[in-house]
Amino acid sequence: MNAVTHPMEDILRMDRMPHIWCPGCGIGTAVTAFAMALQKAEICLDKTAVVSGIGCSGRVAGYVKLDSFHTTHGRAIPFATGLKLANPELTVVVISGDGDLIAIGGNHFIHAARRNVDIKVFCINNFNYAMTGGQLAPTTPEPATTTTSPYGAFEHPFNLPFLAESSGAVYVARWTALHIRRLTKSMTEALSKKGFSFVEIIAPCPTLYSRRNRLGDGLDELKYYHDNSVIKHGLDTRELDIGYRKEIVMGKFVDKDRPTFIEALNDRFTQVFGDKYEQYGPQNANGN
Amino acid sequence: MSYWRKPLDWDKINIPEGKIHVMEDQCKGCGFCVEYCPKDTLEMSDDFNLKGYHPVVVVNEKSCVNCQLCEVICPEFAIFVTLKNNYPATERIPETRKGVKIGES
Repeated sequence: MNAVTHPMEDILRMDRMPHIWCPGCGIGTAVTAFAMALQKAEICLDKTAVVSGIGCSGRVAGYVKLDSFHTTHGRAIPFATGLKLANPELTVVVISGDGDLIAIGGNHFIHAARRNVDIKVFCINNFNYAMTGGQLAPTTPEPATTTTSPYGAFEHPFNLPFLAESSGAVYVARWTALHIRRLTKSMTEALSKKGFSFVEIIAPCPTLYSRRNRLGDGLDELKYYHDNSVIKHGLDTRELDIGYRKEIVMGKFVDKDRPTFIEALNDRFTQVFGDKYEQYGPQNANGN
Repeated sequence: MSYWRKPLDWDKINIPEGKIHVMEDQCKGCGFCVEYCPKDTLEMSDDFNLKGYHPVVVVNEKSCVNCQLCEVICPEFAIFVTLKNNYPATERIPETRKGVKIGES
């Protein structure tokens, strides 16, 4: 009877479950999507590395049965960049939260996208800094209440797909924790895409964001996503702002090709040094 | 209940049947699977699990069609479905749908 094991046993460390995430949190669902995407993308798990920063989503690195690293706050992308450049065979995935990737790590994010380093960035956006007590994040919509904005946020939030596209990402998508099949498909595409791929996952935070704003629990948030989300593939990313309790536009917005950092480096050095230059990294630097 | 017409591929389609495995002590009672199960196979239990949450229970296992939505939506990795039986098209429609009349009424 006990011969039946969980289908994600080979990717997730089931011995560490139950995990630390609150009941109703969407991060677990996003991790499920990631595990399924890894199974579907058929990439070598020995050559896959997961990097995450600080925060609730930063815990993902500890729950996957892959090479993983839990970096300092905001430095997940620099670590992943180094990992990819030192060993171009790896598929490097960054899973982290909005506070980690976009706030303190914002500069690293735009520069990794500008250079088109071949890493996959999955950003779990729950609209606040959840692990430290629900402070105002650069993604908090106006006028949501958080612990540090008791009268409502008045700063304009980041539009993450627009930020990623304008910085130079080659693959940009946004889904919610409810649209799990589409999210899995998007993650599968991102994993096999060469270049800086960015997927934003909107996830409920029942303990802080929802409680402060009296929005109910995780299930109520999923119902809100169900009622208020529309899929518009290929929409101009400038129109993707998320308003407070407004419509959420999801879909795959950007899918283009651009030379990656290693390709550009090889091209330039070949131009300068000619045949003397030995190409860096495998020809197929995608880890497959 | 009867269908107004018989689907053309009615005798070719196999409806899979799933067996649901719930790891009760891992469940935190968020209710995602109960809400989104298309067949209403699951329900919240009145009992408590080891951590003090109300876990999810399978109330109508025969209705499960192995769609695995509960498995993918569960944030706790606490539920999964395995394919129990794939009835051949001719002898399927067991128990749950016995009363259903198909074709001309």
